[in-house]
Amino acid sequence: MANHTNNAKAYWQANLRLIIGSLVIWALVSYGFGILLRPWLAGIPVGGTDLGFWFAQQGSILTFIALIFFYAWRMNKLDKEFGVDEE
Amino acid sequence: MSQFAINLIFVGGSFALYIAIAIWARAGTTKEFYVAGGGVNPVMNGMATAADWMSAASFISMAGLIAAGGYANSTFLMGWTGGYVLLAMLLAPYLRKFGKFTVPDFIGDRFYSTGARLVAVACLIIASVTYVIGQMTGAGVAFSRFLEVSSDWGLMIAAVIVFLYAVMGGMKGITYTQVAQYVVLIIAYTIPAVFISLQLTDTFLPPLGLFAEHTESGMPLLAKLDQVVSELGFRDYTADVDNKLNMVLFTLSLMIGTAGLPHVIIRFFTVPKVADARWSAGWALVFIALLYLTAPAVASMARLNLLNTIYPAGPTAQAIEYAERPDWMKTWETTGLIKFDDKNNDGRIQLYNDTPAFAATAAERGWDGNELTVNNDILVLANPEIANLPGWVIGLIAAGGLAAALSTAAGLLLAISSAISHDLIKGSLKPDISEKGELLAARISMGVAIVVATWLGMNPPGFAAQTVALAFGIAAASIFPALMMGIFSKRVNSVGAISGMLAGLLSTCVYIFLYLGWFFIPGTATFENIPQNWLFGGTGYGISPLSFGAVGAMINFAVAFTVSSLTAPPPVRIQELVESVRFPRGAGQAVDH
Repeated sequence: MANHTNNAKAYWQANLRLIIGSLVIWALVSYGFGILLRPWLAGIPVGGTDLGFWFAQQGSILTFIALIFFYAWRMNKLDKEFGVDEE
Repeated sequence: MSQFAINLIFVGGSFALYIAIAIWARAGTTKEFYVAGGGVNPVMNGMATAADWMSAASFISMAGLIAAGGYANSTFLMGWTGGYVLLAMLLAPYLRKFGKFTVPDFIGDRFYSTGARLVAVACLIIASVTYVIGQMTGAGVAFSRFLEVSSDWGLMIAAVIVFLYAVMGGMKGITYTQVAQYVVLIIAYTIPAVFISLQLTDTFLPPLGLFAEHTESGMPLLAKLDQVVSELGFRDYTADVDNKLNMVLFTLSLMIGTAGLPHVIIRFFTVPKVADARWSAGWALVFIALLYLTAPAVASMARLNLLNTIYPAGPTAQAIEYAERPDWMKTWETTGLIKFDDKNNDGRIQLYNDTPAFAATAAERGWDGNELTVNNDILVLANPEIANLPGWVIGLIAAGGLAAALSTAAGLLLAISSAISHDLIKGSLKPDISEKGELLAARISMGVAIVVATWLGMNPPGFAAQTVALAFGIAAASIFPALMMGIFSKRVNSVGAISGMLAGLLSTCVYIFLYLGWFFIPGTATFENIPQNWLFGGTGYGISPLSFGAVGAMINFAVAFTVSSLTAPPPVRIQELVESVRFPRGAGQAVDH
């Protein structure tokens, strides 16, 4: 195993960056657009209500799915690049 | 053929299918009982996880709560899906690499202490038993309706069936059965929704119907609904929420609770590779989203249909006469979940929001109080009847609701029994127990758990989805932080983790018990559960007992870090263990001790 090498450190750092980036989007669509920022999105109408309502009931769920698949795809690629994937 | 006979055919037929699969895939060894041989494909595993996850709370109860609360209850939608993002990125791949059976296995090894393992067992049992209470409530509602008995009898029948079903199976039986249950429940949920969406909005897909035009009035569906509910004194369906702090904390509790629930985490031990654990979480969420994107449409459409049934000529005109009420209302009355009380003796059913603000309007219309109480938990099951859909659709939804309740209850009982037989008895108290003895202990603990849950389910602390939300709070405050720190920090040590878990668990349980009764025993609450009494209630930003899990989790993190920094770091071999779970290479099959 590639323990304690620079390579291993770089892999873990890349993973952490990816997680943090993804979680920022995760929080933005749900806690942001869906809850706290809803009053600011009230001007954008969506089918009888506003964009904040859409994010709270549909938009955030769709974003979550996209995030997980993006993360899985990126990480599985990173595993190979850093040679830490399963044989 | 009578509706009762149709229900019996659908429910009986689907049960026969599950039992056949359970017998075909019966678990012979303890390993099969817990993890299904570690060889389940990610898509299949995703589907089984979705069935495991979507319980009576999602299927039966959630849309009813959204219908009643409107935008404010979007928390359930975001909270019960957002947790999968955390699972996929923060827990699943590393726990798969670690490669043991159970959550206490990881906590016990990572924090190199039997104490940590036992605390994890306690957290797991408290969260899971609370969760089972919610399932039993939901299953009780479903059985009471389709067998046309009182809800207490429905609950007891549900308990017997869940017990027989879970004891027979084990993980291997459950995985394949759950794939079948997913198919039954998603079809059952979607078909009535499509019918209703076509009736109301001429739109085939319910998630699009939610934002489409209401055919009859030519207004957007949600605008029409806002208009109808406000004429009856209710808050607008799409109205924004004032106490956003509580809304954020509640959503957060549900999300981190999702990622901390043992019966969901255990699923990721059953995929062949670390890479598959990541995909599995994605597939699980895809299958869950099929229901979760439909649920808000079901909620708004059911609310509109219900109000249209009671006020056929609009909410400002005369309500329907009690003598002419539709048949579905009569059958639900026998379960006690719909109640009518003709307060103004006019023989008509007045349903409205009986508040001081609306009192003048109500008096003007000759109304003397709200006369119809409809239990939120019946809405999804009654929905096809309210919309006058054919009998087979009603039978189908009964089968779907029971599939949802059974699959989750079985998964939870398995998590409870493995915690007791594998982690408590074999792992700590009596390591030399025989395999046969371990299986017996597993089955006995399932039996005890179900008796406790049934007894408490007779007087549940809330609607099915709310009771389940409490379980999430407990898991969020205790298990999730310990797992996350175990992976992402090399510095958190055994004393830190144990004190963190205890602080999170105790603070959350005490806060919940203060408002909902000690150990959920009815009549023992210290404070009445109203917003003014909650922590910070005086400011208008009170924290409800349902939301406290997120605060408990923060307490857990803070205590664990503080205590760890004051005590010695973990031994080198533990730091190496942490290092090794971070890298996928070298992950073998899930192993026994």
